[in-house]
Amino acid sequence: MANKLIVAPAPHVQTSQSTARIMRDVVVALMPALIVSTVVFGWSALCVTALSVAACVVFEYLIQRFLVGGNPTVGNWSAAVTGVLLAFNLPATIPWWIVVIGAFVAIAIAKMSFGGLGKNPFNPALVGRVFLLIAYPVQMTDFPEIEGLDALSGATPLAAVKHGAAADILPMQELLLGNMPGSLGEVAALALLAGFVYLLWRKVITWHIPVTILLTMAAFAFVVALSKGAENPALWQYPLFHVLAGGAMLGAIFMATDYSTSPMTVCGGVIFAVGIGAITMCIRLWGAYPEGMSFAILIMNSTVPLINKYVKPKRFGVK
Amino acid sequence: MRTFPMGGVHPSENKLSCARAIEVLPLPEAVTIPLAQHIGAPAVAKVAKGDKVLTGQLIAEAASFMSANIHSHISGTVTAVDLQPNGQGIRQMAITIQREGDEWAEGIDRTETLVKECTLTPEEIIAKIKEAGIVGMGGATFPTHVKLSIPPGKKAEALIINGVECEPYLTSDHRTMLEHGEELLVGVSILMKAIGVDRAFIGIENNKPDAIAYLSKLVKEYHGVEVVPLKVRYPQGGEKQLIAAVTGRQVPPPPALPIDVGAVVCNASTTYAVYQAVQKNKPLIERVVTVTGKKLREPKNLLTRMGTPVEALLEAAGGLPEDAGKVINGGPMMGRAMINLASPVTKGCSGITVMSGRDAVRREATQCIKCAKCVSACPMGLEPYYLSKMTQKKEWETLETQMITSCIECGCCQSTCPAYLPLLDWIRLGKQTVMGIIRQRTAAAAPKK
Repeated sequence: MANKLIVAPAPHVQTSQSTARIMRDVVVALMPALIVSTVVFGWSALCVTALSVAACVVFEYLIQRFLVGGNPTVGNWSAAVTGVLLAFNLPATIPWWIVVIGAFVAIAIAKMSFGGLGKNPFNPALVGRVFLLIAYPVQMTDFPEIEGLDALSGATPLAAVKHGAAADILPMQELLLGNMPGSLGEVAALALLAGFVYLLWRKVITWHIPVTILLTMAAFAFVVALSKGAENPALWQYPLFHVLAGGAMLGAIFMATDYSTSPMTVCGGVIFAVGIGAITMCIRLWGAYPEGMSFAILIMNSTVPLINKYVKPKRFGVK
Repeated sequence: MRTFPMGGVHPSENKLSCARAIEVLPLPEAVTIPLAQHIGAPAVAKVAKGDKVLTGQLIAEAASFMSANIHSHISGTVTAVDLQPNGQGIRQMAITIQREGDEWAEGIDRTETLVKECTLTPEEIIAKIKEAGIVGMGGATFPTHVKLSIPPGKKAEALIINGVECEPYLTSDHRTMLEHGEELLVGVSILMKAIGVDRAFIGIENNKPDAIAYLSKLVKEYHGVEVVPLKVRYPQGGEKQLIAAVTGRQVPPPPALPIDVGAVVCNASTTYAVYQAVQKNKPLIERVVTVTGKKLREPKNLLTRMGTPVEALLEAAGGLPEDAGKVINGGPMMGRAMINLASPVTKGCSGITVMSGRDAVRREATQCIKCAKCVSACPMGLEPYYLSKMTQKKEWETLETQMITSCIECGCCQSTCPAYLPLLDWIRLGKQTVMGIIRQRTAAAAPKK
């Protein structure tokens, strides 16, 4: 009997929260937004997402199998997460081949070429999206019109505001429920918040990065509104609009919290998040694009190694 | 509710045996008594093959100040003083005694009568504790008389009794507090006298409400003693974590010691042993051992003579289950996996935990996903993923500046890792190497005599 015993150093307990379970939880957390998106944009939303996920998984499998070697990694669901996130950054009317190109850029260039999960410096889905935005600007901003929202006529709320519309162009409940033109996953703030709560409950992420980003954006918008002499109700409508419109929620909850592209400490995460919030607002207000979340996250991704080097956790017993 | 300031995890508690009263394990036919069952120099054998010994008789003497006496656990004849394999199969010097009845050495009070009065001076108390061979029974086995001898220039301000028992499964301290609360508190007052303090805190996690309630009732008679309920969180029983939880003070990084923040910490079972040594003249020859495991038929708390083979304890708990994969000396977070079940229970053995089936097997390691869960889990504020990586790269200087020597090897990082990486395996290696480098440097810098 004795020679059958297993010997290993302590600890002898391991968490049941594996990498695969974490990634699966992220996919589950994205489902409410996918449902809303399907309701708003129709079946094409579902098709784009399915295609994107399939393309990401296939690319990762092929690259791992034939170029990188080692154990198969598609079982850890991380390619599926990238697939859903990429799709959420695309309009429902996007041609299928652009989705495939985006998936290739995300998986092959942004993820696997750096060594796969945990080694990529930039968020793969965002690299895919930004590549597509620059390479195919027409298709990437061709948002379907939503019936009954004549004021927007196919522009996203952010684009409309950029071109001079007031922040109350859309009633607040439309922003919350997602009844507006935009990318698949950025239309329904409430559904994304439901996913946020789920991720917190499953202990996949902490609240620090998302909340700091949104608070920074709101504070930034509030100061800008104040400097322009805005008065009630515009003074509070303006910050709220910026937090709810565009990719703010999606980016803050699901993209900026990506493990390998965000800092390792809470304090570092807060610095990172303030940077994202501020850069997003600068691009939205003074940049060439109506939305700046993707650029802001990618820019701050590049600072993560530096933040990790200089922002250390508070050591026990050190004043 | 109070707890320590950073990190920590909450694994499933699995306190299967917490409601089982302490049972006395029948005496073994023979005992093996290792000479090194404490931190410091191994004791020196005072008996030879063929000698007759009595229970409680001194059979091995402390080799230096940092060492501990060992007394015979049974009466009988010494059959060997030689190398015996320990739980991990490493051969160590040990005394083997064949039992003949159970005759006790003179002067040991074996009655249950509670003796409250203690008229000894602090020096006499510490001498008696040293004579009884008492070491930390929570697992660290640090000689208690060393801990109580406050170095010149330092001052103790408070005694902290460790009744936390944060390891999953283990319940020996819990049962000792419940069944020997009166004696424990006399032990507390003796220890307070020994180190010259007028305040003592008994830290107990609030998954033991019965022990908190019972001791809170008893401490009313004792001036300056307070029971402190603590939020359940591993590794609260770690010395530095407990001091921080109870007093809010953080012990600075090594080489600083608890006494540098005025604290002396003593485990609950050790405190009970102190009572027995000082008031009853009884040396440390037996202890409560939790025998536990999900598949074990009867998880139990057994009052066991040290030197008893581990397999006898397993037998008493219903035998080793069919699918047993790992037998751990201690709890699952910090205990050591055994290969030799014939090896003896020692002074630091608070439990035997049996892990079955999948629980016994490490899951396959994948790659680091930089989730930072190890960083949030580290109770010392270190970055386990980074220390592990730097050890693999042999970056010893970086490891030193990143404070690897502060690691208490609690295992929070590794147990929380979703990629199942062997973080602590690497960190231990890095820590040992860096400590060696520091020792060499100190030795080289010291003036030659």
